[in-house]
Amino acid sequence: MRATRRGLLAAALALPAIARAQGPARVVVLGGGFGGASAARRLRQIAPEVAVTLIERSATYHACPFSNAVIAGLRDMAAQEFTYGALAADGVKVIAQAATHIDATARRVILADGGTVQYDRLILSPGIELRFKDIAGYSDVAAGVMPHAWKAGPQTLLLRDRLAAVPDGGTVVMSVPGNPYRCPPGPYERASLIAHYLKTHKPRAKLIVLDAKDAFSKQRLFQAAWKSLYPNLEWVGLSGGGKVVEVDAGSGTVKTEFASYKADLANIIPPQRAGAIALVSDVADRTGWCPIDPVSFESRLQPGIHVIGDAAIAGGMPKSAFAANAQAKVCAQAVADLLAGRTPGEPRLINTCYSIVAPDYGISVAGVYRPANGVLTDIEGAGGTSPLDAPPETRAEEARYAESWFRTITTEAFG
Amino acid sequence: MRTAAVLVLAAPLLIAAGPPPGASSCSGCHGAVVAGGIPPIAGRPATELTAAMRGFRDGSRKATLMDRLMKGFSDAEITAIAAFWANPS
Ligand SMILES: Cc1cc2nc3c(=O)[nH]c(=O)nc-3n(C[C@H](O)[C@H](O)[C@H](O)COP(=O)(O)OP(=O)(O)OC[C@H]3O[C@@H](n4cnc5c(N)ncnc54)[C@H](O)[C@@H]3O)c2cc1C
Ligand code: HEC
Repeated sequence: MRATRRGLLAAALALPAIARAQGPARVVVLGGGFGGASAARRLRQIAPEVAVTLIERSATYHACPFSNAVIAGLRDMAAQEFTYGALAADGVKVIAQAATHIDATARRVILADGGTVQYDRLILSPGIELRFKDIAGYSDVAAGVMPHAWKAGPQTLLLRDRLAAVPDGGTVVMSVPGNPYRCPPGPYERASLIAHYLKTHKPRAKLIVLDAKDAFSKQRLFQAAWKSLYPNLEWVGLSGGGKVVEVDAGSGTVKTEFASYKADLANIIPPQRAGAIALVSDVADRTGWCPIDPVSFESRLQPGIHVIGDAAIAGGMPKSAFAANAQAKVCAQAVADLLAGRTPGEPRLINTCYSIVAPDYGISVAGVYRPANGVLTDIEGAGGTSPLDAPPETRAEEARYAESWFRTITTEAFG
Repeated sequence: MRTAAVLVLAAPLLIAAGPPPGASSCSGCHGAVVAGGIPPIAGRPATELTAAMRGFRDGSRKATLMDRLMKGFSDAEITAIAAFWANPS
């Protein structure tokens, strides 16, 4: 009830109160990743009368899905790169700048160059910020030696090149954070593909995965695959002392509460929170993430701002590119509805995350979600993982479908 | 008082347009033809789509994934989604 009323309140107040008397309604999309790019394009399609502006600081977007294959030398980085030409061609005004602040009261975004952009509704999809400080000794600078590669781009290439330079007989250490974080199965896909690389190119080297949790996404599938494919991979969960608390980039040391590991290469994936702009603009709560209405994705803290993708608290939905794109389409429809004085309908959303365990070996986890008691909730009986006992042909089929998914979703988001 | 005013304002709002619940998620996977990839669904006869979706749900149609997704949809929802994808707007 509260959620619905709030959505209605925003709808009812936004239209007459904000200066929309002259000209078309203005929607600003902040962040041009899977969430933002998908939302901007979808809004142009369904509501061509609305003026859509995208604010994105990078001219080139580097997609994270399949970036683990780049790290393992199985894929070219060029396959991960996308630009905003198609959005501009669709009539989206693209501002290639960082936003520094959102003034939710005045309904405007302040840009790095001091300029401002007015909006009637804002769709915020800023992705994540890495909480370097949560691991003693880790920092942006230390990441130049111990890459995170949790935002694709130069970090991906650094990890790839450092992996190629690991001596045979060397040790690679990965650190995996507790929940919630971007792409729950991502660290385990990465561990699999790093182990695959080592097995192929450095047969005497090993990988130690230090994890701040005991349970993880697609765990039984991953562990069954590791058992048969990767004797060089050792996973240490929380109760085994896996939580990393400190690193020393100079000496290549990774420390847990109980032990110290000397690494030829350390990949540190730190804890995360919503992109910095959400924090400074009071769209994130104390958890560091953004609470939303599950019907319209409108912020529960700042009316007129809708939050999608990794930054949002989306209940049962994981932080994935698939989810960001699915949320973008629902949110774009809700924003178009609200601007036209319609009540957004109750949505249903799907998520699917494919993981590549080895070439021609794909697995997936899926879910179907609907709002219940104010949060997006798993529909019981739907979703779940690939079967544990599937034959190799099925794994190969899922690997192909994963590639197909990537092509389709990036085409939908970036053209 | 405030709540009352809001409800009065909200009353004349129209009902939402757009695809039926769940339908907009499909295009994350189902797009143009990709060789060896996920088959397209847009523009195919609604009866064909309905039959496939129900077959996935009851297990009579072979699937790597669609069986898991379709368990989240009722007959009426499947019919509405099929009608949408047969003639997407
Ligand atoms: C290794 C790895 C593998 C993954 N694999 C998968 C997978 O197989 N499947 C899957 O579904 N997901 C996967 N993911 C997760 C996926 O990448 C994210 O969930 C997705 O990118 C989230 O989209 P988003 O729009 O929320 O954020 P992002 O994609 O991060 O986009 C945010 C954008 O906002 C911009 N931005 C932020 N702040 C500002 C500002 N102040 N001003 C201007 N611009 C700003 C950024 O430059 C960025 O382009 C993976 C992630 C990783 C790290
Ligand atoms: C994560 C990817 C994904 C999503 C999302 C998805 N599908 Fe599918 N779909 C597949 C795959 C893969 C197949 C092939 C069957 C299988 O292996 O499950 C398929 C097959 C189908 C088929 C049969 C097509 C044929 O020619 O055999 C239909 C119909 C279909 N899907 C409809 C839908 C609808 C409707 C939605 C949205 C409610 C949807 N799908 C969402 C991946 C997806």
